[in-house]
Amino acid sequence: MRHTISVLVENKFGVLSRVSGLFSGRGYNIESLSVGETIDPQISLMTIVTGGDDWVIEQITKQLNKLIDVIKITDMTELDHVEREMVLIKVTPRQQDKAEVLNLTEIFRGRIVDSSQRTYTIEITGDEKKIEAFVELMKPMGIKEFVRTGKVAIAREGVKKKQ
Amino acid sequence: MKISGAEIIVECLKREGVRHIFGYPGGVVLNIFDLLYDEKDLQLILTRHEQGAVHAADGYARATGRPGVVLVTSGPGATNTVTGIATASMDSVPLVVFSGQVPTLLIGNDAFQEADIVGITRPCTKYNYLAKDVKDLSRIIKEAFHIATTGRPGPVLIDLPKDVTGSKTEFTWPEIDIRSYNPTYEGNKWMITQAAHLIAKSKKSVIISGGGVIISGASKEIRELAEHTDIPVTMTLMGLGSFPGTHHLSLGMPGMHGTYYANKAIQESDLIIAVGMRFDDRVTGKVDAFAPHAKIVHIDIDPTSIRKNVRVDVPIVGDVKRVLTVLNKVLKEEVKEQWEEVRRAWLKQIDAWKAERPMTYTYSNEVIKPQFVVEKIYEITKGDAIITTEVGQNQMWTAQFYKFDKPRTLLSSGGLGTMGYGFPAAIGAQLAFPNKLVIDIAGDGSIQMNIQELATAVINKLPVKVAILNNRYLGMVRQWQELFYQERYSHTKLDESVPDFVKIAEAYNAVGLRATKPSEVEPVLKEAFKTKKPVFMDFIVDWKEKVYPMVPPGAPIDQMMFEEPEKKPEKKLKVVK
Ligand SMILES: Cc1ncc(C[n+]2csc(CCOP(=O)(O)OP(=O)(O)O)c2C)c(N)n1
Repeated sequence: MRHTISVLVENKFGVLSRVSGLFSGRGYNIESLSVGETIDPQISLMTIVTGGDDWVIEQITKQLNKLIDVIKITDMTELDHVEREMVLIKVTPRQQDKAEVLNLTEIFRGRIVDSSQRTYTIEITGDEKKIEAFVELMKPMGIKEFVRTGKVAIAREGVKKKQ
Repeated sequence: MKISGAEIIVECLKREGVRHIFGYPGGVVLNIFDLLYDEKDLQLILTRHEQGAVHAADGYARATGRPGVVLVTSGPGATNTVTGIATASMDSVPLVVFSGQVPTLLIGNDAFQEADIVGITRPCTKYNYLAKDVKDLSRIIKEAFHIATTGRPGPVLIDLPKDVTGSKTEFTWPEIDIRSYNPTYEGNKWMITQAAHLIAKSKKSVIISGGGVIISGASKEIRELAEHTDIPVTMTLMGLGSFPGTHHLSLGMPGMHGTYYANKAIQESDLIIAVGMRFDDRVTGKVDAFAPHAKIVHIDIDPTSIRKNVRVDVPIVGDVKRVLTVLNKVLKEEVKEQWEEVRRAWLKQIDAWKAERPMTYTYSNEVIKPQFVVEKIYEITKGDAIITTEVGQNQMWTAQFYKFDKPRTLLSSGGLGTMGYGFPAAIGAQLAFPNKLVIDIAGDGSIQMNIQELATAVINKLPVKVAILNNRYLGMVRQWQELFYQERYSHTKLDESVPDFVKIAEAYNAVGLRATKPSEVEPVLKEAFKTKKPVFMDFIVDWKEKVYPMVPPGAPIDQMMFEEPEKKPEKKLKVVK
């Protein structure tokens, strides 16, 4: 099963290679990985999407925990959480498809962030399902380039019902 | 007052209680070497190869329990340490390795003798540092010793650019606090109670005692557990000495070359209490078929060791000594059981297995059996020695035929299986214990991997003894070729290429002795043991001898091969030279 794991690490050089080296050295797969500073510039947050059965995920979590620079690990998959990813897609639609591209972008709450005579660059944010659906719809329009950020995730806070 | 990075290093080492460093000089570490020239309290042992330096530091650490320290130069000096570091890492040995590095400004430029040693050693160190600022140096060193020696110990490397050791700063000895590093020492009480109840219910338990018991200093506690509950104990290669090999509850070593009765007991058991061990594949054999009827209690300080290879019913993360102390207390106070009655049938069964297939070999009057040499070493030393081994048959025969009663008396590369480990490790151990008898039980292949360290032993008056079980083959590999590759001895026959070890010893101004007949074994050993110099003993042994029992790779551990009964009389052995 696929898991999204948040890893709080010391923001030092070499930490990324310690983490990625752990995955490659032990034959675990990284599907996506995104890193950024947290509010505290001494700490970074990595969001890693990986796959494996329970044994593998247990090992991955323990091995990550064992790394000296890792402060905290949260397996988001076990929590109620929000996941987002952003993609930028450059399409080259035929003249007669242009309206459809704009239309779909609108429906998916995307934005056109750049355009030229022959291309549109669309920014789209969402969870995996939404992005996959959009990409499917864009394929016939002629995708020229495609980049994605990798997933980021955050836990939901419980909302108390009013009495 | 401002002092240089090099001075800071020396000061920090003293504060860490370091007395000996193993090392080798080079351009970028000259700042430090220059200081050591006048240093009285900190002695550098110059080895003849950086790999030798790391293994020597490792032997020193395993024999004493204190961290070993290494100092080498950049580039090739640093890369030569890699095998030693990986060896220490696999066997959880605390080391602090200082490597020189090119000046900070040149890093990344492919400068002369530059190697990215931090990158290279990342997967085989517990942690490593590139010290980029002299102001960080004392904190880094303090952290390095802390990380190397706490939790599950391991090697830590500090890379030192030349300008960092040259520039000056105010010395401080900081308090350290690594927020992301907090090993678990106390075991979960509830889990420990669960374990106690399983022990009380079980009828056929086995304790597997590993290297963690030695590292944690828990020999007393493991013995208390075994004796209180009447549970037999098998010791992994790394665990030999954690529980007395001569104890009536000892089953010897389990696994690929383990005893029949240890493997039988594991396979038939209803409860395994695994302590400070990590279920290496050499112990488990075919994992799916390992201990099929047993529940497993696993105690280890490293959570990643638990449920890595085998299923575990009661995982207990913590320091072995502390966990066992609590477990013993719970067993004595909360669980009332007449252990002897509970175990009587099981211990009888084990005695039957011991009688059925004891650990033996076929003695010969004509040719020296390697096992005979090991037995004689044990007999003469009465077990009062530090034994190191190389890797291969020599290592397995030592594990099988020498009875280790005390912790830290066997130093052997278990996890990585590094040929060339034993001799420098013996030198390190001898330095730590100048009055002890230190013996490397070696093969003729392995000894040649770090034979240059004989110079180190001689010049430092470290009278280590090397017993070479000379079979003129890379014996263990030859054994596999004989058994599984139709006797096609591809590149394992050393034969006439094996040098004259007696002459080699003499060339280095050590002592060389040789035995070619069984009757010469004891006199040679006795002569060697009373010699105050390093000695190479060349035992010309039966090259056909194999290590038995043997579990074929990938088979369950109770599918063991045993020595074939002799059909035709042994061919006369051709003795080299
Ligand atoms: C550095 C290294 N290279 C290769 C091996 C693989 N290997 C394991 S045992 C062995 C043979 C060892 O021969 P020798 O030292 O003569 O010992 P024997 O088995 O004959 O006792 C080899 C080559 C190893 N363990 N270590």
